[in-house]
Amino acid sequence: MSALNIKKGSSSHSAYDLRSANSEIEESHTLAVIVENEPGVLARVIGLFSGRGYNIDSLTVAEVDHTGHRSRITIVTRGTPAVIDQIEAQLSRMVPVHAVHDLTMEGPSVQRELALVKVKGKGEHRIEALRLAEIFRANVVDSTLESFVFEMTGTPEKIDAFADLMRPLGLIEIARTGVAALKRGT
Amino acid sequence: MTKQMTGAKMVVQALKDQGVEVVFGYPGGAVLPIYDELFLQNDIRHILVRHEQGAVHMAEGYARSTGKPGVALVTSGPGATNAVTGLTDALMDSIPIVVLTGQVPTFMIGTDGFQEADTVGITRPCTKMNWLVKDTAKLSETIHQAFHVATHGRPGPVLIDIPKDVQFATADYVPAEKAKVSHYQPRTEGDPDQIARLVELMETAERPIFYTGGGVINSGPRASQLLRELVAETNFPITSTLMGLGCYPASGKNWVGMLGMHGLYEANLAMHGCDVMINIGARFDDRITGRVKDFSPRSKKAHIDIDPSSINKVIRVDVPIVGDVTKVLEEVLRQWRARGSKTDQRGLAQWWKQIDEWRAVKCLSYKPSTTTIKPQYALERLEALTKGMDRYICTEVGQHQMWAAQFLGFEDPNRWMTSGGLGTMGYGLPASIGVQIAHPKALVINVAGEASWLMNMQEMGTAMQFRAPVKQFILNNERLGMVRQWQELLHGERYSSSWSESLPDFVKLAEAFGCKGIKCDDPKDLDDAIMEMLRYDGPVIFDCLVEKHENCFPMIPSGKPHNEMLLGDADTQGVIGSKGAVLV
Repeated sequence: MSALNIKKGSSSHSAYDLRSANSEIEESHTLAVIVENEPGVLARVIGLFSGRGYNIDSLTVAEVDHTGHRSRITIVTRGTPAVIDQIEAQLSRMVPVHAVHDLTMEGPSVQRELALVKVKGKGEHRIEALRLAEIFRANVVDSTLESFVFEMTGTPEKIDAFADLMRPLGLIEIARTGVAALKRGT
Repeated sequence: MTKQMTGAKMVVQALKDQGVEVVFGYPGGAVLPIYDELFLQNDIRHILVRHEQGAVHMAEGYARSTGKPGVALVTSGPGATNAVTGLTDALMDSIPIVVLTGQVPTFMIGTDGFQEADTVGITRPCTKMNWLVKDTAKLSETIHQAFHVATHGRPGPVLIDIPKDVQFATADYVPAEKAKVSHYQPRTEGDPDQIARLVELMETAERPIFYTGGGVINSGPRASQLLRELVAETNFPITSTLMGLGCYPASGKNWVGMLGMHGLYEANLAMHGCDVMINIGARFDDRITGRVKDFSPRSKKAHIDIDPSSINKVIRVDVPIVGDVTKVLEEVLRQWRARGSKTDQRGLAQWWKQIDEWRAVKCLSYKPSTTTIKPQYALERLEALTKGMDRYICTEVGQHQMWAAQFLGFEDPNRWMTSGGLGTMGYGLPASIGVQIAHPKALVINVAGEASWLMNMQEMGTAMQFRAPVKQFILNNERLGMVRQWQELLHGERYSSSWSESLPDFVKLAEAFGCKGIKCDDPKDLDDAIMEMLRYDGPVIFDCLVEKHENCFPMIPSGKPHNEMLLGDADTQGVIGSKGAVLV
């Protein structure tokens, strides 16, 4: 007696729908990727994300150890836990990658972003912009009679909130660095 | 004690230091200094190919059949872009190869110079690692590093792009043993605690199966030896992917055949019905799993893989073990023996009884013919007439490839060269030459389809020039057989562009190349014709005219689980819905 019932043509489901109806929820994770600072390494990391269809919400990179030729790439990405695990595994196996830290999973971390925000306006709008900037502890780094450039650091959410408030007051341009992050404590 | 030399000489010296005996290549402006150095020495043999794609596939064939890295040397621009298919093929199938490309001189990079291409940019996604060497002082160390990366961890292709001025300039040569130790040191020892969990699972399993893959082959012959010991001690059934054929002998009593889309009925149903699945060096490829949601729904799964990203990529497993197959199996056997482990004899007896019932279905049976050569029959005869010989088999891609996997038996690893992951038509002919160069005395057969074979047939010139007596066994159905089969099943029998029009006369083609051509279209003449091919001391193009509309079964249609397999033409009516047709 066969333990299995062999059905033929009874189903119309697709094979490759890895995210079925009961799939897990997408999460945002901040990854710190320590790489050998050599030509093409950033292209390699970015190529992995585009080639395999992963998201990049923000990315920052700079050499952090001149003698050791190490750069630190901080990537904010989104995905289900399975996808995040896969991203970490894919990054870890790359030859020029020394270490991958999931700062979202490794305990509390400090996350900061720097933004330059240009606001154009006159009269009451201009005064209100300056007042709000003070509340957000943003510095004025450039000023004309009709505009300010504010510099502020904070979490991406804080910068989002500041930008939202500035929009009706004449926000015309914004530059953001993307997130730099470190694990808290030792 | 350092030795000054030119970059070009360094390349040759570094290859010698790495134990390279053969380089497959094609010269051009940007690699002339290296070719000059090759001319001036006799240790490394250069095989002149007819197209750079051929060079890379030959290097792959060489690597797969020897376990040593294969080396290809091509020029800049078109030389490099022609190598891309081979690189991608090697990446998908984890084949260690080192490809050296010439590049325009450093001062011309970025000027759109003649035969300039952004080779490292183009090949970044299709290599495990690549380097553009802009300083001769770094060249020798980079080459040593390249061999290290290609052969450590999960093997794969690497590429070194060498500008022409770097080849001319002089610097100190760094020998391999003095080179900087690479930080790339992937983990090879499996976690003993996870291995203990696997051993416990194996002790209690009632319906276990070993699901093995190319990782066993890549780990070296010892892995296959250990696997055979483990199978003998446990009496578990064992199946393998296309890539893993030969890691366990096809004549072994626990062998249940290849699994997957065109795998055997008993293998696929055992995968579907097992309670413990032990994946050794395979990667849950979509040709294997079918519909992921319904893949082996009632089993506990263990997965041994050297690449951590293979684990939980497609299928969540219960016992993940990152490590080299040889080292992990050593530890599995050590723990198994140390614990005095016993299997569940009663459960296992039931399980084998079930498997024997599935075997009795005889899923590979086909309707024989006395007037037409059935492709399955051709392979059965080839198997019978070459059994026990020192034999290596290559294939192209398509129906013939699946039939070869089903009907030929592999007793040892490294005897089967096929493009599994990428499915590269045109792989087999050059690969067979690479194998023959590595094993001059062996019988090397490329089982081909006429359409695939035409894609790289220029390499017959290479076979002739270097006296590689490769046997090209072409199952000629005058169709792109697998495409035609899918059009029959999925696209209402509308055979859009899937027949081979204006085919050459293969016998005359063979004569034009200066080798032997044999044509056979009658099953009664087949044995004699095959014997004639085997006896001929030189390359042979065998045009075997077979049944034109034969379908390859069993078949798990795309989008179906293992237990919804088609066994023959009678099963195919309207089974594949439009959603299945979307998949490849």
